Amino acid sequence: MQNFIQAYSWVNIRFLLEGLWVTVEVSIISIIASFIIGSILGVLRYVKIKYLSAVVGFVVDIIRNLPLILIIFFTYFGLPHLGFKPGIIFAAILAMTIFESAMLAEIVRSGILAVDYGQMEGARANGMSYVQALWHIVFPQAIKKTIPTIVSQFISLIKDTSLATIIVLPELLNHAQIIYGQNSAYILPMFLMIAVMYFIICYALSVLSRILDKKLA
Amino acid sequence: MIYILTHYWSELIQGLGYTLLSSIIALIFSTIIGTMFAIFEVLPNRAMRIIGRIYIEIFRNIPLLVIAMFFYVIIPMYVAKIDGFTAGTIGLTIYTSSFIAETVRAGIQSVDNGQMEGARANGMTYWQAMRFIVLPQAFKIVIPPLGNQFINLVKNSSVLAFVAGFDLMYQGNSIASLSLDTINSYMVVGVFYLIITLPLSYYMRHLEKRLA
Repeated sequence: MQNFIQAYSWVNIRFLLEGLWVTVEVSIISIIASFIIGSILGVLRYVKIKYLSAVVGFVVDIIRNLPLILIIFFTYFGLPHLGFKPGIIFAAILAMTIFESAMLAEIVRSGILAVDYGQMEGARANGMSYVQALWHIVFPQAIKKTIPTIVSQFISLIKDTSLATIIVLPELLNHAQIIYGQNSAYILPMFLMIAVMYFIICYALSVLSRILDKKLA
Repeated sequence: MIYILTHYWSELIQGLGYTLLSSIIALIFSTIIGTMFAIFEVLPNRAMRIIGRIYIEIFRNIPLLVIAMFFYVIIPMYVAKIDGFTAGTIGLTIYTSSFIAETVRAGIQSVDNGQMEGARANGMTYWQAMRFIVLPQAFKIVIPPLGNQFINLVKNSSVLAFVAGFDLMYQGNSIASLSLDTINSYMVVGVFYLIITLPLSYYMRHLEKRLA
């Protein structure tokens, strides 16, 4: 019990919260970047431009089927051999963005496929060009349908940020390891605390996702 | 890439073996545990439903790495000595079981209630009806999502690299640091992962289309 009281001193909690903030920051930047890139890739895969769509689809499938840890290793340890040396935070964000873009591309594409084809035909019949119809009519409806899925993808992104502890990204798990590295009696308290912190954030988001699911359905 | 392949072939195959072994063990146990908690969640008993809900929500919302590290670091301190592979596989099982529970629950709930009522009206007990009527139909529906869970499992088994589980990712890392050729080492490891996951994911897509 004494261990717990000492472990949860304000200095330690503040240090953990700093880590949590990095986790959230990296996740938010990555999800925004991957939403933009993923949408473009998803649309490109959907519109069926000769060769281009097939290539995009293949690349997306490859990235989706690789473990995220491998991509993190690749951006941090592999890229310097190609002559580009990203910092830790940038490497983490880059890896998350590459992986999440592929995930979101697939989600956006399935969202577009779920929009009734009559919408496209109606827009075209009213004189819109294919691109206009896609951009103004189909895409907004597709995004609306996929928002709950994107939120759950964001949850798994927050959880996956913990993997970047292997390249010493100063996020929540890494900060916990630093604290319990100084005193082994703090190991259990630290694990419980970060579990609670992850749980609160992810659970709140999953409730949000469920509410959105009901509202938008 | 050829150099890495020929020089580190035995390590790569060993890593692949551990990755597959861990994934398959985790798949079997997490399907059993997941189905159990999914049934908890649809039981008429309120207390059981709450237990099921709590289990699922807790392990769905904590990172896999934290769970795996918990078993790797905490359990040897207080309970029993376990190696990295066991700790990682236990973590993987628990984490995946919560996702499978959610999938199976959705499957059970999508089976028409009349099936249960009909079975009960024909003299089956609740458990008989669940076992012989509802669950077989539910599993038919959840096979494609379960397949996707298996793909995730293979990818997620790479956390074994953190807990010295000797899996593909772990071997890839040591090959990268031995050969100093990070790019090619990681590419070879990537190809090994894709050999398992890519055909599976195309097959699942095909299955989804056929069943839909």
